[in-house]
Amino acid sequence: MPPQFAAKRLGKELQKIHNSLPPGIELVSAEDFEEWVLDIKVLDNNPLYKDQTYRLKFKFGGSYPIEPPEVVFVKLPDRPIPIHPHIYSNGIICLDLLGQQGWSPVQNVESVCMSLQSMLTGNTKNERPPGDEEFVRANRLRPKDIDFYYHDNNV
Amino acid sequence: MDSEDDFMSAVSSGDDVHLDDSDNDDMSGADDFDFDDEPDPDLGMPKDIMQKKRVAYDISFKVFQPSDIQKQQDDLINEVNLILDISKEEAAILLRYFRWNKERLIEDYMDKSRQVLDAAGLAHTTTSLPKLEVIPGFVCDICCEDGEGLQSFAIKCGHRYCVDCYRHYLSQKIREEGEAARIQCPADGCSLIIDARSLDLLVTPELTERYHALLNRTYVEDKDNLKWCPAPDCQNAIECGVKKKDLDKVVPTVSCLCSHRFCFGCILSDHQPAPCNLVKRWLKKCADDSETANWISANTKECPKCNSTIEKNGGCNHMTCRKCRHEFCWMCMGPWSEHGTSWYNCNRFEERSGTEARDAQAKSRVSLERYLHYYNRYANHEQSARLDQDIYHKTEKKMVQLQRESGMSWIEVQYLNSASQALQTCRQTLMWTYAFAFYLARNNLTEIFEDNQKDLEMAVEALSEMFEKPVTELADPKLKVVIMDKTSYCSKRRVILLEDTAQNLAEGRWTFNVDLTGSGSNDGPSTTR
Repeated sequence: MPPQFAAKRLGKELQKIHNSLPPGIELVSAEDFEEWVLDIKVLDNNPLYKDQTYRLKFKFGGSYPIEPPEVVFVKLPDRPIPIHPHIYSNGIICLDLLGQQGWSPVQNVESVCMSLQSMLTGNTKNERPPGDEEFVRANRLRPKDIDFYYHDNNV
Repeated sequence: MDSEDDFMSAVSSGDDVHLDDSDNDDMSGADDFDFDDEPDPDLGMPKDIMQKKRVAYDISFKVFQPSDIQKQQDDLINEVNLILDISKEEAAILLRYFRWNKERLIEDYMDKSRQVLDAAGLAHTTTSLPKLEVIPGFVCDICCEDGEGLQSFAIKCGHRYCVDCYRHYLSQKIREEGEAARIQCPADGCSLIIDARSLDLLVTPELTERYHALLNRTYVEDKDNLKWCPAPDCQNAIECGVKKKDLDKVVPTVSCLCSHRFCFGCILSDHQPAPCNLVKRWLKKCADDSETANWISANTKECPKCNSTIEKNGGCNHMTCRKCRHEFCWMCMGPWSEHGTSWYNCNRFEERSGTEARDAQAKSRVSLERYLHYYNRYANHEQSARLDQDIYHKTEKKMVQLQRESGMSWIEVQYLNSASQALQTCRQTLMWTYAFAFYLARNNLTEIFEDNQKDLEMAVEALSEMFEKPVTELADPKLKVVIMDKTSYCSKRRVILLEDTAQNLAEGRWTFNVDLTGSGSNDGPSTTR
């Protein structure tokens, strides 16, 4: 796949992002067409995420948007990893939208951010995924190579 | 499932593939050549039995080549296409959704066509066939391109994308993800399946080929009674009616046209007479380190007080545990203080305090010895089969030389080929008889089995020995007759052994010393850990 394929699409997305972004989503940096950084906030009063900002890192392959981007939360002093039963404490997100099966090339950076916002908004469980500690210690795979088993459609 | 069985029996009309082992082994030769009216060494006995009754270990199966597999699918698709008023592409998608169960498809479709179409990923409308179009004002949602004259494509759901994006999407799915039967429309949440004709319209011929290969794969994988031949580079599939639940009663050994023989139940190469569960267990036992644990328990003792493992590497019987400083006697495992003045010469063998420790160790020793007994013989046959093959390859070269020098014809030296094949097959069977015997509980049946095993083993070793003779001797017509007789005898012994074991297996008369049905622990019999 020619790399300019991804670049062309990302260029258009960036143009749109510079014009306007939905509330609670902010572009931090987009130096090139390989890695972007965005901040998201949960807008309602969910006590789990109130007054917090979370940092997201997007990595795009040459096949984007045919292939999903790699999206993880990044930990900084003022940017924690949100607590959620589908988010591991190292920032890796288990969401079918980001896997090959659930991804659609019609999705984009903005829609992924919105999906993550709503995934946080809807959550009431103050917990990490089962086996978080073990996973964080043992995992050496990139998120896209992990075979997540999406069993839970409620959270 | 009944309906599917009906269909299959219609296809495999009769048992036209009804090969016995000996002519399977030798697809190229024996059948076509007549050894000057001599009885064919390979085919004597099994053929006779075949004509009278089906051999107990023989199961019927059929080999399909890629073209047959394609034809089966096409036939089914055409049939559904005629019965229901839908296109061939749609029929194919529906059949795949119903795992090629035509009867259920038709029944369900007649009953509730809307739900069936939804579930299978097909549109209800019968709009015209999808084609490439240029639509003014079109913007592609994937690449955000909106140039004039941009060609676009949509399947019946109407989600339209530019041709470039569609191509990228399809090639990603087919090449990278190995997907074919269930490639959906790229739109988020749209579950409509992209049909073969649309695909042909969009992608390169090379990709189409891969797509169809993947579709064929799903056809075989979708059907329980079809399996791919596991031999490298073999593209055939085998059809066999043996169900998974029957595997404790039968060892469904099939033979592909490529001459590879394997078990239809577990795809491992021929492991008669041992049933699949036993084989799985045996291989696991041989592979894992449970025997290391056995060695430790057979060759070390544990401190009677703190249970530290101790290997005695010399010295006297007065042991002082390094860890807990407990003093004990290595012979009787009793405390050293009880030994009084008869130090260093333990005669307190009847003392109770030591018997338990001794018993446990003796048990492990026996268990280890037992396992090694069977394992060594199993491994020996495995290795010998390889060596025999080497010898055959060497002999083959020399036979070519001999043909030139002594004027023997090609056909006249083929008896060596039959002998070598028989040797391989018999060794493979022998190998598994040892794994089988390891799990057998002792009774009268076991004795008959061991006699059969012994007879086959002796016959095989005798034949194997003849193989090692120098080529000049092999050319001797007398030796040739002896080898041919031995070959035939080996095959007979093998048939007798397999008959006996298969029959008893089918009737559930074997008693195993482990539970082969459950997925219990991996222990061998009477192994103490």
